[in-house]
Amino acid sequence: MNRQGSPLWELTIARLREFYREPGAVFWTFGFPVLLAIGLGIAFRARPVEKPRVAIVDEQSSAWIAQAIATDDTVVAEALPEVEAANQLRIGAVDVVVRAEPGVEHAVIYRLDPTREASRAARLTFDTALQKSLGRSDVVIGREQPVTESGARYIDFLMPGLIGLNLMGSSMWGIGYAVVWDRKRKLLKRYIATPMRRSHYLLSYLLSRLLFMVVEVAALAGFGFLVFGVTLHGSIVGVALVSLLAAFSFAGLSLLVAARAQSIEAASGWMNFAMMPMYVLSGSFFAYTRFPELTHPFIQLLPLTAANDALRAIINDGASVASTLPQMVVLGAWAVLTFAVALRWFRWQ
Amino acid sequence: MAGRIEQPTIGPADHAGEVALRCRGLIKRYEDIVAVNGLDLEVMRGECFGLLGPNGAGKTTTIEILEGLNFGNSGEVELLGRNWGSGHDQEMRERIGIQLQETQLADRLTVEEVLRLFRSFYQRGRDIDEVIGLVELDSKRRAAVQKLSGGQRQRLALACALISDPDILFLDEPTTGLDPQARQRVWQVIEGFLGRGGTVVLTTHYMEEAAHLCDRVGIMDLGKLIALDSPNALIDQLGVDQIIEFETDNGFSGDWLATLPGVKSTQRRMHRQVLQVDQVPTALPALLAALQQRSIEARNITVHRATLDDVFVHLTGKALRDE
Repeated sequence: MNRQGSPLWELTIARLREFYREPGAVFWTFGFPVLLAIGLGIAFRARPVEKPRVAIVDEQSSAWIAQAIATDDTVVAEALPEVEAANQLRIGAVDVVVRAEPGVEHAVIYRLDPTREASRAARLTFDTALQKSLGRSDVVIGREQPVTESGARYIDFLMPGLIGLNLMGSSMWGIGYAVVWDRKRKLLKRYIATPMRRSHYLLSYLLSRLLFMVVEVAALAGFGFLVFGVTLHGSIVGVALVSLLAAFSFAGLSLLVAARAQSIEAASGWMNFAMMPMYVLSGSFFAYTRFPELTHPFIQLLPLTAANDALRAIINDGASVASTLPQMVVLGAWAVLTFAVALRWFRWQ
Repeated sequence: MAGRIEQPTIGPADHAGEVALRCRGLIKRYEDIVAVNGLDLEVMRGECFGLLGPNGAGKTTTIEILEGLNFGNSGEVELLGRNWGSGHDQEMRERIGIQLQETQLADRLTVEEVLRLFRSFYQRGRDIDEVIGLVELDSKRRAAVQKLSGGQRQRLALACALISDPDILFLDEPTTGLDPQARQRVWQVIEGFLGRGGTVVLTTHYMEEAAHLCDRVGIMDLGKLIALDSPNALIDQLGVDQIIEFETDNGFSGDWLATLPGVKSTQRRMHRQVLQVDQVPTALPALLAALQQRSIEARNITVHRATLDDVFVHLTGKALRDE
């Protein structure tokens, strides 16, 4: 008699073997999020602050303006013929065009598109420089304190969101396809012809997700630390706990989505249907506070929002594990409910 | 594991004469068709029973209801003294081995891994190495399922059915699509199981398979059993000694052949003419003379003993397989 493994263990091991023997699946789970982080990291890297670009109309009457700001270093100003200046403004190559108001001494006209933030800033900066050079003195002294330390950059905001997003995506694609494929090739039917417990089959997905979760989170967080210096301000136990609950809730959701689908196409549709709202709403790429305040309580009930919020609080703000309890309750509830419903609804043949 | 009943291992001889499975008045309707239409069946322990019939006869529906994978609209199924859905399903599943028509096992697992997985589902069962040896996959034990040939996959499916050391083995078209040599090897495995006193219920549309393996066969057509007996008895009931077959061009009309001496009846099957004959020494010369007289070119004339194919044609007027 061979030593006989427990069915749940054997099912989980089989799941893992099937996964790592599929090179494509490995790439999409681990390689893709790292590539995404690299791309976004490059796009949002720290850059030297760009100075406003101002065109001064090249005419006799406006010459005093150019003279006045000749020694200023807060703006980049150049003299351009009127038509050329208008063109540059239209295509956004300069932020604002300035010229002297005809017939009025020490009066200027700014031409700009007021809906462009950069143009309004350029107008203010230029105006200040001009006034100062002609003798205006400030009554309040303002000093800038640049924010560059780790924890406050966009990449710091992005990294926990990417971890949450990846936990959702890899679970959906990994579980959804595997279940539907097992159903399509009648392997599910073959399994239920044995005394295998149906809950064991579904639980094996949760357990295998648990192992993937560890690798995924470690890969992304390690990458974020090594390449962008994204550091963990809170407890690693908290990150592990939130990731675990998130992995379970997404696994449950994936099983639910794949519970009845008969074809890969149908499953893809349902997976996108489930993921799309969270992709947009759950604050992976930008804060959901941009949506109307009325919607926030609903957005916060989404599992990806809960995962992102809790991960951000622990990783970026060093929040205590206890303070993320509301998010953990949301994730736990999703895990339990989706798994229970999936088990009831599941189509085995 | 809790909740499962320990199964004592009892030698096959102890069960001789017991009923392995029984069904009465089984009816299964789908939206537009009646797949099984009032089926009564009894299979004894140690018996090899074959359900025969063309595609769409209701064989697969019937065997899946017996396996507890499908349910009839009415009728009763009793398997090893238990009924499906009466709270003993797990215990019943422990004791049967199933091979479905066209199951694809996990492609990327190896032979050994698939069997270890299936073995883990059962309380009792056979050693993995022993079963691998039984189906002659020793050299493939570390090969991925996707690298196996059709015959090897079929033997692996059989191994999955045998891993629990079942009392009853259900096989749905175990050799469809296999070449003769691969089919022979599957037969050997089934015969080995029967030799241990196991009970087999199989479906097939290969007559030679039924004749070779089965103690009794039930011929199904349109959801009903139209004949039920041992292969030899069914052939004897035809009341004919031999079959003469030959090929002609299309358009040949051979109804007059039935009037030849020694010929009992005749049918046209595609481009072949089939004659049921009770006296070959009389019928054959008369046939040849008649064909020559009418200048009909007959090719591939064969004389053989009546087979289950002939029984089926006789009973239904249809060929068993689409040729």
